[in-house]
Amino acid sequence: MDFLLQLGPLTKVILKGIAVIAVMFPIAGACSMAERKVSAWIQDRPGPNRALPPWFAWVPVLGPILQRLGAFHLLADGLKFLFKEQQVPRHVNRFYFIAAPFVAMIPALTTVTVVPFGAYFDSAGHLIPLVLANVDVGLLAVFAVSSLGVYALILAGWASNSKYAFLGGVRASAQLISYELSLTLAVLPVFIWINAPGTAGTMSLARVVEFQSLPGFWGGTWFIFLMPVSALVFLISLFAETNRQPFDMPESESDLVGGYHTEYGAFKWSLFFVAEYSNMLVGSAVFTLLFLGGWNPLPWLSFATLSGWLGLGGHPLLAGLISLGIFLGKVLFLIFVFMWVRWTVPRFRYDQVMKIGWQRLLPLAIANLIVYAIAVAWIQR
Amino acid sequence: MAVIPVERKPLSLAERSYLPQIASGLKTTLKHFFRPNQTLQYPEERPTIPPGYRGVPTLVHDPAGREKCVSCQLCEFVCPPKAIRITPGQLPEGSGVEHVEKGPIAFDIDMLRCIYCGMCQEVCPEEAIFLQNQFSMSGYTRDEMVNHKDRLYELGGTLPDRFMKWDKKKAAAEQAPGHG
Repeated sequence: MDFLLQLGPLTKVILKGIAVIAVMFPIAGACSMAERKVSAWIQDRPGPNRALPPWFAWVPVLGPILQRLGAFHLLADGLKFLFKEQQVPRHVNRFYFIAAPFVAMIPALTTVTVVPFGAYFDSAGHLIPLVLANVDVGLLAVFAVSSLGVYALILAGWASNSKYAFLGGVRASAQLISYELSLTLAVLPVFIWINAPGTAGTMSLARVVEFQSLPGFWGGTWFIFLMPVSALVFLISLFAETNRQPFDMPESESDLVGGYHTEYGAFKWSLFFVAEYSNMLVGSAVFTLLFLGGWNPLPWLSFATLSGWLGLGGHPLLAGLISLGIFLGKVLFLIFVFMWVRWTVPRFRYDQVMKIGWQRLLPLAIANLIVYAIAVAWIQR
Repeated sequence: MAVIPVERKPLSLAERSYLPQIASGLKTTLKHFFRPNQTLQYPEERPTIPPGYRGVPTLVHDPAGREKCVSCQLCEFVCPPKAIRITPGQLPEGSGVEHVEKGPIAFDIDMLRCIYCGMCQEVCPEEAIFLQNQFSMSGYTRDEMVNHKDRLYELGGTLPDRFMKWDKKKAAAEQAPGHG
């Protein structure tokens, strides 16, 4: 580990960037495979289970299991996207058309850097969150950068010079801007709660998890129990923000062919795909940190207590891995919930989406904020 | 009596929030998530063919090994898409079935035209053509998709014959010559 610290700041930054890409791309790919499998199992099908490279066919038990899970379809899909012809239709605005997928990737991968994904204890026994950039603005940075993601959709829809893509882009912008409000308002009660008057204010996500690992009944409560309405509004807005069913207006393939990425194919299309799954991952991670106690294994059982039982105090690496495992488990469960809902609920009509966003969720989020502001003021008086 | 007024209750708050409905939907899909698959793994597993299935039309032999088709060409004429083409011919002397008089020299069914209607089977007076169980035909060229006579007999095989009408006819003709 020491040689890592001796590297120059630029090298470190590049290494971290590569690490993010190397982790996010496979996870997003695996999520796309999981999506196909979950949809298959929900529809009483086996799902993709055919691809099998010859040298894996010789592995006795693991080979067939991987085949049945469709693990090699993932590789096949990735390779296919990589080597397919990079088609650019003649009627598009070339520069913006090619730029759009990259613009989609930038916020999707940037937001990961401020999301803590685990914790370990230093020699003094302090809990140090595992995060690429532990900035104090935390959640604010996530919101600020992730809302840039809509530009990629607008850019793609507009540069495609096709009516379906254009409609998809317009829907995307309207929807994402509408739900951003409820999303932001829904998390404010959490930060009102943790930023008691007189203490140093913070928007750090790690700090939120610390508050959910305090001892005592109220301290150890996950915020989903303390603020269920906030969690619900946040979750629904998250579905809308990540363009997932039942809110996948920008794509809505039954009325818009493919929505904003109608004209895209091959690797550029898969970049949109990866960006969508990265957004889902970051969204799930933020939800886990805010409402599901981050890397705490169970409600009212903090990670510090668990590592005390297991004696992990002197093993920062092991503690980090276990906390990462707990955190990833929660995130992947949330991803499963995303897919589960997708294959259950039909898509809303566009006017319904707008109505839910502006007439239901926004007033609910505002009322929720006011109630919690008054409650917190009354409790902390 | 004709009109039954039904009271339409306004939706309750829970129904309007749509969340209980989503929850029950999630319950249903979760049940299916753990249910065994309904899929037939086709090339490895084959479907059971029900009796009376109309698959690829074939020609059959009778139990004595005689080809039953007498090239009357009824099937050729009835075939709605004109998929059947028969070249009739005399049966050669010394083959033992000269009394049948005619048999097909060539019998082609173009499977790119065939619509599997089964009218050839229905119209055949000799019970010589049958739509049997084969349901999948494939080929790389148009020529490969035309079933010739040998292929048709290979697909059809031998089916039981309760009447053996040509044997009876031959026996009757031998007993009472002149009443042919």
